[in-house]
This record gives sequence, structure tokens and C-alpha cells, in this order.
Amino acid sequence: MGMTITEKLLTAHSHAGPVAPGDLIQARIDLIMCHEVTTPPAIRMLKDHGMDKIFDPGKVVVMPDHFVPNKDIKSAELAKDLRQWVQDNGIEHYYELGRHGICHSLLPEQGHVVPGQTVIGSDSHTCTHGAFGTFAAGIGSTDLAAALYTGELWFKAPETIRVNLEGSLPAGVYSKDIVLELIRQIGVDGARYQALEYHGEALKELSMEARMTITNMAIEAGAKCAVMAADEVTLDYLEGRAKTTEWTIYTADDDARYARELTIDVSQLEPIVALPSLPSNGRTVASLAADEKEPVDQVYIGSCTNARIEDLRVAAQIMKGQKVKPGVRVIVVPSTSTAWKLAHDEGLFDIFYEAGCVISTPTCGACLGGHMGVLAEDEVCVSTTNRNFVGRMGHPGSRVYLVSPATAAATAIKGVLTDPRQYL
Amino acid sequence: MQGKAHLYPRDHINTDEIIPARYLIVHAEAELARHAMEDIDADFVNQVAKGDFIVAGGDFGCGSSREHAVWALRGAGIRAVLADSFARIFFRNAVNNGFYAIEIDGISDKVTNGDQLQLDPEKGVVQNITKGEEYRFSPFTDYFRDVITAGGLMKYLAAR
Repeated sequence: MGMTITEKLLTAHSHAGPVAPGDLIQARIDLIMCHEVTTPPAIRMLKDHGMDKIFDPGKVVVMPDHFVPNKDIKSAELAKDLRQWVQDNGIEHYYELGRHGICHSLLPEQGHVVPGQTVIGSDSHTCTHGAFGTFAAGIGSTDLAAALYTGELWFKAPETIRVNLEGSLPAGVYSKDIVLELIRQIGVDGARYQALEYHGEALKELSMEARMTITNMAIEAGAKCAVMAADEVTLDYLEGRAKTTEWTIYTADDDARYARELTIDVSQLEPIVALPSLPSNGRTVASLAADEKEPVDQVYIGSCTNARIEDLRVAAQIMKGQKVKPGVRVIVVPSTSTAWKLAHDEGLFDIFYEAGCVISTPTCGACLGGHMGVLAEDEVCVSTTNRNFVGRMGHPGSRVYLVSPATAAATAIKGVLTDPRQYL
Repeated sequence: MQGKAHLYPRDHINTDEIIPARYLIVHAEAELARHAMEDIDADFVNQVAKGDFIVAGGDFGCGSSREHAVWALRGAGIRAVLADSFARIFFRNAVNNGFYAIEIDGISDKVTNGDQLQLDPEKGVVQNITKGEEYRFSPFTDYFRDVITAGGLMKYLAAR
């Protein structure tokens, strides 16, 4: 019987035989991501249970990212605990401020993620790494502690939804619009407990950075993981950056069984915005009536979803020679130190500065209402992030609209939600 | 296990609502508990007594993987969450903490806020004492039951 990519990945990492949906298995873990919010509780659990050792420190990648540079004393204590634990355990792959970045952008960029791995992180957007043909799932702090100690973790093997991306993206439409359209179609629990497996001609044309925007938001449809088979685009990305040359490329069998199959013709897509307060509230920007476009207080270009260098280039291209609408605050947060440096060297910061934006060091920051752009009551933010839940970016009375970097940039200029195609 | 039902019938109650990220700078249950459900119901923590239940709609606990959501609810006194369905990371965080996340399709339509409920996880039954009703669910598989009765995954692993 044929298998999906996720079934093959779990089978290869399980002691049991061929894995089928519904099986409860123990899977060997190849890569573990740790940040300063959810790792300190795991460190405490390991100490409390006398299990204070790591099965293989070389498979652990650590960085502070959520509240750095430390936003207050308590977050400083979290980052300090993380740093101390790294030293105590001889963890080699630690990214201190200056070389840090948002975990899900940093791990692929630094070559830690290669095809065929199992990747876990105590962060829900760990599904991002499935863009490299891995099984990558977000888990909690107890899971993290257990995996750090044993090198394994329990999983219930998921069913798979096959998503075919056909056609070619029109100018001004991006991978963020694809994933917002998918979530609009299937809902925020449309892939609950399931794997999303992507195929299609449109996928082949997408860069790894664009692909990661799609896999990143799998959790916004409730998915356990998202996966894309590694191809030439993947191998080109890995060239010169992969930390290991040992990888395995899994592809789906022709007779693999899917719980569901759906096709999106991306050539028909337009720029999309997810209205407050669910990522599934997608509408085309062009379809919004004038009275549906409330004045914007803040535009946020950041997060693990859409703040890699390609995203910054797209936003800068639209903002070049333009000015931010008075009354709007625009915050640009490159997702990694390398993306920051590239944006600087390419002159993007000059464009953002001249337009009237502020530029920050990498941090998860305001995406989760942490710091560096928290919203007040009744404030409106148009954001390239992944969640527009009530209170996500600050006061529960604030409102968040999710868009692509291009739509965010066009909105910054106009002060209301704006279709970016008029600037191309 | 008997306690009062606190009903939140909406679907997709996410972990940002259960414990907002602004409180993730600590992980002590007692501190997190003071802010449990704050952005949905500011009075929640004043209404909960030890051993009470949350009854909710579908996809409870979606969004962020923060285990702080389980800790905040347990710290506030909640014994179990009974929901139409759960988001997967919240469910596994609950099991890993020996905390009951019980899936009963349609329960959010059947229970009224304030009903007295009695949970028997072994038999797979929730008694609604106020209404004289009974709701059944599939008991946990052996592995989940063993982890939960051990008091969570770390205690389960430590015992082995």
C-alpha cells in the first residue's frame, strides 16, 4: 500500500513497522529547537526529575528570540537560565544576540534543517521546517524535556491532506496569499490532527523562503505538520549552508492514501487579507468596501512567517520613494541577523528610513504582543504575522489584519488596507 | 471528581486567550493562574473553585504551543476541560501533565453554566448531576491512561 511523505518519515524514525494513520508511535528525533520562553520550564522539569542530561547536545539548536533584547527583568531571567543551561550542557549550536534570529527563520538559514529529518520545537510554528521534506511539529515544554532526555517522542501518526498548487502566481500575489486562501477554504481547524502535503506546478516555482511562509501557517489550520518534498530548489538552498550532507528525500507514492485532496489554482488568486480575529477570515483586499477599511495605526513587517530577506525586498520595492501615511507607525523587524545585514547592505534600510519606518533587531516581539510594537485598546494593525486572535498583539480590544509584505507596504503608504498591485 | 461547569461554548478558544503572551515571562502555576482566561472572562479566576471544570466548544486550545495554558487552568483550580474537540498541542500538553482533556462531541450544547458535573475517566462517563444526564466518551488508550495516572510524562518516564 502506498504511503504519504509523512507516513514514510515517521516509519523511518520508528521502531515499529510501516506506520499508518492513527498509530501511536515513538519516533526518534533528529533536531530539537529551544527558545527562551518554553525551554526554561523544560530545564526545571529535567532537574526536578533527576534527568538533567541531553541525549545528544549536537542535535539541539538554541536561541533566545521571543522577548529579546530582554524586555524586562523576568524575561531577562528566562534568557539567563537558557544561556546557563547551554553552557552547562556544552551545547554548540547557540545563537547569541548579534547572530540570533526568530527560531523558524534561523534554523533553515543556518543549515540545520535537511530533508528526511524529524524536527521538534516547543513552539507551534515548528511546522515551518516541513518545507524541507521533514516531519516537523510543534510541541510543549514537557514534550521538549522528554525528547531532550530520551531522544524520542510519542506521536499519533496523522492522516494526510493533499494540497495541489496549480498555475502560476500573478504579479503582486505571494505565498502568503496562497496560505491565507487555503485557511479561508478549510478553516482554522480544517486540518486538525492532520498533515498537509503540498504538490503542484506552482509549488515548484516558489523559493524556499516563499515555501516556508506556507508551511509556517499550517498550525493556523490546526495541522500537526506540513510537508513539501525536497526538490532542486531545496538542494540549491542547502548548497553551502547545510550542516550535514546526510539526508534522505522522501516522496509520496502514487497510490498513497489521502484523507482529502484539494486544488488551488494560484493564477486566480488576488492579494488576501484575514480580517480580525481568525486567520480563516480571508477576503480579497480588492473586495473590501470603503467603509470596511478602518484607518490603520500600525503596520508590522516581521515574524517567522514573513520577515526573511525576500519579504523585506518586496516591501522595500513598494516603499521606494514613497512616504508612510502620517499617523501610521511602520515597524520593520528582519527575522534574523543575516537578513538584517543583507537588508542593510542592499540599501533597504535607507528606503524604509526615508519612507518613515522604524527598523528593529530580530525578535518575535510584537507578533505575540510581547514588546516592540504592542497595541493599545481600539488600535488597528495590519501585519505580516500569522495570528490575528483577540489580544494577540496587545490589548484585547485591538484588531489585527494579516497580509503579505507587499500588502503591508502598500497599506503603510495609503493608511488603509490597499491592494499592492497598483505599486508594481 | 465533582465540580461546577464553567461554560465557554465558543469554538477555537486559543492559548493566547487562555493565557496571554504578556504573562509568559513566568512559569510558576500560581502566578499564571491569576491571569487564566483573562482576555475572555476577566472574572473567571474569581468564579473558579478547586475541582471545577471548563466546558467548551470545538478546537479548544488552538494556536500557540505554550504549555502555560494547561498550567494556568490547573493553577486556577480547574480539574479537567470537557470540550467538543481539542487542538492537538493542547491535548498532548494536557496528557503530558496528567491533566484531563476530555473530548465529548456536542457537550457544549448540553451543559449549562454552573451545572454540577461528575467525571469518571476510567468508565468514560460524565454525570450531569444538575440535569440528571449522562455523557459518554471513549476511555483513553492504555498509553495515555498510563501517562495521566502516573501524573504526567516526566513522572511516567522517571518511573521507568
